[in-house]
Amino acid sequence: MTTKSQAVLNWIDERFPLTSSIKGHLTEYYAPKNFNFWYFFGSLALLVLVIQILTGIFLVMHYKPDASLNAAGVPVAFASVEYIMREVPGGWLIRYLHSTGASAFFIVVYLHMFRGLLYGSYRKPRELIWIFGTLIFLVLMAEAFMGYLLPWGQMSFWGAQVIVNLFSAIPVIGPDLSLVIRGDFVVSDATLNRFFSFHVIAVPLVLIGLVAAHIIALHEVGSNNPDGVEIKKKKDANGIPLDGIPFHPYYTVKDIVGVVAFLFFFSAVVFFAPEGGGYFLEFNNFIPADPLKTPPHIAPVWYFTPFYSILRAVTYPLFGLDAKFWGVVAMGASVVIIAFLPWLDRSPVKSVRYKGPIFKIALVIFVICFFILGYLGVLPPTPGRTLVSQICSVLYFAFFLLMPWYSKLDKCKAEPERVNFK
Amino acid sequence: MKMRVINLIKRAAAVLLFAPAVALAAGASVHLDKAPVSTDPAALQHGAKLFVNYCLNCHGASYVRYNQLQNIGLSEQMIRDNLMFTGEKVGDLMKISMARDDGKVWFGAAPPDLSVIARSRASGDGSGADWLYTYLRQFYRDPARPTGWNNVIFENVGMPHVLWELQGEQVAKVTENADGSKHVELSLAKPGKMSAEEYDKSIADLVSFLVWMGEPVAEKRKTIGTFVLIFLAGLFVLSYALKKNYWKDIH
Repeated sequence: MTTKSQAVLNWIDERFPLTSSIKGHLTEYYAPKNFNFWYFFGSLALLVLVIQILTGIFLVMHYKPDASLNAAGVPVAFASVEYIMREVPGGWLIRYLHSTGASAFFIVVYLHMFRGLLYGSYRKPRELIWIFGTLIFLVLMAEAFMGYLLPWGQMSFWGAQVIVNLFSAIPVIGPDLSLVIRGDFVVSDATLNRFFSFHVIAVPLVLIGLVAAHIIALHEVGSNNPDGVEIKKKKDANGIPLDGIPFHPYYTVKDIVGVVAFLFFFSAVVFFAPEGGGYFLEFNNFIPADPLKTPPHIAPVWYFTPFYSILRAVTYPLFGLDAKFWGVVAMGASVVIIAFLPWLDRSPVKSVRYKGPIFKIALVIFVICFFILGYLGVLPPTPGRTLVSQICSVLYFAFFLLMPWYSKLDKCKAEPERVNFK
Repeated sequence: MKMRVINLIKRAAAVLLFAPAVALAAGASVHLDKAPVSTDPAALQHGAKLFVNYCLNCHGASYVRYNQLQNIGLSEQMIRDNLMFTGEKVGDLMKISMARDDGKVWFGAAPPDLSVIARSRASGDGSGADWLYTYLRQFYRDPARPTGWNNVIFENVGMPHVLWELQGEQVAKVTENADGSKHVELSLAKPGKMSAEEYDKSIADLVSFLVWMGEPVAEKRKTIGTFVLIFLAGLFVLSYALKKNYWKDIH
């Protein structure tokens, strides 16, 4: 470095922790060297967040949150989306990136969470990272739900109607709460405008804050790894973990590979199947919202369906309260319970590699149930399907609630001293 | 050939990513004929002609401008001379003058805007094009209906059979299946100006036009997409080599 640029850097460093931040978070942040495939999805989630924010900025320039009908009898909001698709140069690409990005976000986040389950990334000392992560997931669901109203198609409208109505099942405050959320007695222009405001300002701000907290907490304690052993326990003479390598350049170049591979599949959807078979953009949502015409079957977008199934699985009233209310409680609990994992897992080891057969079987059953619940959530209910979703819901909760016992009972293998590499 | 490969990729991707879609049929599923959708400019132009002559009186296409038809190989002059009948300008949107409220009174429901109809009619039963292709060929005479027409896959539809002079008049023989569902058999009672093959071909062209109109950028999107994927595949090789090189001293 020339003396001049060194002088500039010194000037900045005396006023702002630039060099020390770069060192602390990149060049001298030591990550375990044995990350595998599952460790791509954290950086990919960050990438999708950036894609969503950037494309969102451009969409807001042309999108109009207005439920009134234009001269042709089409809601202005719906027409503005088609305007973006047809008349804004490159608008179709921006819109497809954003709509595909929403589904991609959930795919990478689900895989990222599954990684945590596999390798016990939620265990001490990473409980706060996990809690921030669960909050990110919750906020992401709110963000996706509100964003889905904006195209103002039939599924936008009726999906929002169904979900907001759920809040009215809460005793005492329910009806008023759903009124506050909608800003009206039905989903209307007022709802569209407040969801727009939340979707583009309030929720993203919270989301970015939580993501920052998630990463700061991670860099404080260091990353877990597929072996679940703490690399900080074995350090060399300079205090550098023996199994650690600087995040930059090693993981930056590795994550670039993951980013390119991800973009390949992402682009395949954006350019060749942007509707995602009717899952990323539902077919019914190409019909403008019509408050007088209820679609025969209202299904939430695929990423909500496991939780939606749990909601529908509750069909018994209890303590004089509606089944609907308990359904909402079950759905809420199914997400919130994830946050308690650090205290539910009593296994002596973190990683699935050294856990015993009980955990492995429990995890497989849990994943199968999650998929079945997701699948049933897009279908209209029948008595048979409801029974299956009830069984799967019970197993879903059993995975968490019985963990303190089965994780203790399990016959675990001994963790290695150092990580396995190659 | 290129189209077939792209379709194959699309299919494979759909099967891999969205396997449950097949079972998504909500309610009773109907049999749809596979629409022979074309991207050939001659077919699209024929479809456009049918569209402005037969559809664009009650239905609008209010997100589409006349001059966007240049993308299916027409010149502005050709559009002006052949496809515009009232006082519009070539840059105008394909709107109609019929008021929605009148449409509601006259047909029982305001005729929907057709800009994205081909996208909205897709379902677990088939693509939107398949639905439209089946729908437009399955009108039959029904004296019980105010318009005198009914439709096999859209029961008690408000729209009369506007293409009847081309297709002729079909009558239906309704039989009951063993499971109680209705089976409708159509036969041509009075022939129209076109033979059955000609009519099917015309409907295929009209549906192709509706598909094009649903997403005019679709072909361009796939072309760009091919280059994007090739670029990313190349970039993958380079990024992998870069990673390998950096990581060679990690043991």
